[in-house]
Amino acid sequence: MNNFSVAAESVTKFFGRRLIFKNINLAYENSGIYGIAGPNGSGKSTLVKILSGLIAPSKGRVIHSVDGKNIEPEKLHNYTGFVSPYLVLYDEFSAEENILFFSKIRGINLDKGKSNFFLNELGLYERKDDMLKTYSSGMKQRMKFIFALVHSPFFVILDEPTSNLDNEGKDKVYRLIENYSGSNIVLIASNEENDLRLCKNVVELTNYK
Amino acid sequence: MLWKIALFILICFISIAGIAFPIVENPSAWYEFPLITGLGENAKIIFFHVPTAWITVLAFFMSTIYGIKYLRKKDLDDDAKAYTAAQLGMIFCILATVTGAVWSKFAWGSFWSWDPRQTSIFALMLIYGALFVLRSAIEQDEKRAVLSSVYSIIAFVTVPFFIFIMPRIMKGLHPGSADDNTAGPVVNFKMDSNMYLIFVLSLIGFTILYFWMWRVGYRLQILKDKLEKQFS
Amino acid sequence: MQPFYHIFKKDLSSELRTRYAVNSLVMFILITISVILFSIGTETISDYLAGGLFWVVVFFSAMSGLSRTFVSEEERGTAMTLKLIASPASVFGGKLFFNIVLVFSMNVFVLVLYSILFDAFVLKNLVLFLTAFLLGNIGIAAASTIIAAIISKAGSKGTLYPVLSFPILLPLILILIELTKLSMDGVGLDEAFVEIAVLFCYDVIMFSVSFLLFDFIWKD
Repeated sequence: MNNFSVAAESVTKFFGRRLIFKNINLAYENSGIYGIAGPNGSGKSTLVKILSGLIAPSKGRVIHSVDGKNIEPEKLHNYTGFVSPYLVLYDEFSAEENILFFSKIRGINLDKGKSNFFLNELGLYERKDDMLKTYSSGMKQRMKFIFALVHSPFFVILDEPTSNLDNEGKDKVYRLIENYSGSNIVLIASNEENDLRLCKNVVELTNYK
Repeated sequence: MLWKIALFILICFISIAGIAFPIVENPSAWYEFPLITGLGENAKIIFFHVPTAWITVLAFFMSTIYGIKYLRKKDLDDDAKAYTAAQLGMIFCILATVTGAVWSKFAWGSFWSWDPRQTSIFALMLIYGALFVLRSAIEQDEKRAVLSSVYSIIAFVTVPFFIFIMPRIMKGLHPGSADDNTAGPVVNFKMDSNMYLIFVLSLIGFTILYFWMWRVGYRLQILKDKLEKQFS
Repeated sequence: MQPFYHIFKKDLSSELRTRYAVNSLVMFILITISVILFSIGTETISDYLAGGLFWVVVFFSAMSGLSRTFVSEEERGTAMTLKLIASPASVFGGKLFFNIVLVFSMNVFVLVLYSILFDAFVLKNLVLFLTAFLLGNIGIAAASTIIAAIISKAGSKGTLYPVLSFPILLPLILILIELTKLSMDGVGLDEAFVEIAVLFCYDVIMFSVSFLLFDFIWKD
């Protein structure tokens, strides 16, 4: 069990003059699946980007800590995993090459066993040496999960995790999420019933306008 | 209000003194300037050229300072101040280049000769121009503020290279460059106390004028932004 | 190995695989030199002029090639990916290193072609020129990379890049032209010490300032 926690304190976000949401207070610890819901355009993607450290809130702050000590923004990237419709991986490289580059750039030794495990779980093992350019959108979506999980982050954020996935893909992903959330925090942002069903609690974003 | 009137009178006096006071061989009356060989009547341009050049550098310096302030506090008012300073800097830069070119024509025969100081003022104009082009290419105000502040700082660190190092290394026509034996450094070119007084007054007058325009400019910019935010 | 090195390797592998940059830059250099040769025609040019034109070719080649490293990430949407796996310093370090390698490759190519095609380009003091070449290329890479980062975040990236880069690179180019003239005159390294020192200062200042400022550009 890791002692990771993430807390949002009075988080408010404006884009120029437009208010996206205000005074969001959240806290997640250790493990479990949690959800953020809201219709399209309600700011789910923005909120998860703020929680993962990609963008800064206009007001308020987000604190990530492990074993009671705060994690600096520069070091945060190896503690978090991120899946999003906006995420793009490197088309000109194969799945294996992408995974290898990500590990090396993160400064972590690649655990080949884990990488193969994920490739198998997500049904991509046979195509691991093909360039991502040749992948279907469903395969690219599943590839994003490997990107998010292969470095064993304590905090995984999934924005629209089942977009572009067929039923088989969805099942694979749900299984993965449920296993992973046993010892890590998984946060799902979605408006799909089936996605939110997995969550222990769900925050409604429309309450924060 | 009173100081604005005083400033107006000061600038008028400087303009008249700068242009109309005669230059004679042996100044006797209080309103006569000494003759400097080689320059003659054209020496008067110093009352206008040097202050405008000074202001353009000051404006650039202020633009950079407020850029740094913005990066620290992310207060868009600082960006308005930096932007206004840059606009004024550009205007004074054009004035300095033009007055410099006029002086160049009379003193050395051609309007432009790529002497280091001329190159420097031209480079400053390019920096200002680049800054405005950059700002016009970005829509969101925060992004625009961050990127222009960063660019101002980068441009600012290249300025010492121009202003101090280039003239020392490269030969030029400007008073004060490497192989100039005739007229000595710019400011103490044998001005007697009358000329010196007018010169200093001009410098002070222009500086106050600049700060006044700057204050008006950035308050206008801030108001404009507030209005836009209300009615969008 | 450090993360920045792997970011460099990723960029390098990507370029080698697609070969876009290599092909287009080689062609660009050939075309620029050809344009100059055609414009000169059968006239003879002085050695100083040839020296100056060398840096013109270098400048335009830099403008053609050095923005890709940041602009392609923004255009493809992989900037966010990089933010998720590396710190800003590593990203800038990797991209800067890539541009340094690119600048050296391009300019060695330009130097070779130029020496062959321009008779007036004779360097009496080769050591001086090569010192200037070494320090100058590093300076060009440093300044061009930070400006590339700036324009990658703005719109209409094409013409913006030379407009923003030129004022920043101008002091560097002036010193390099001066040093080229001196090396053509056969001036010794010790006499040109001031110029070399200035060049070195430019590099140090550009490096420090760009690393410090990159964080602000990269985060949104």
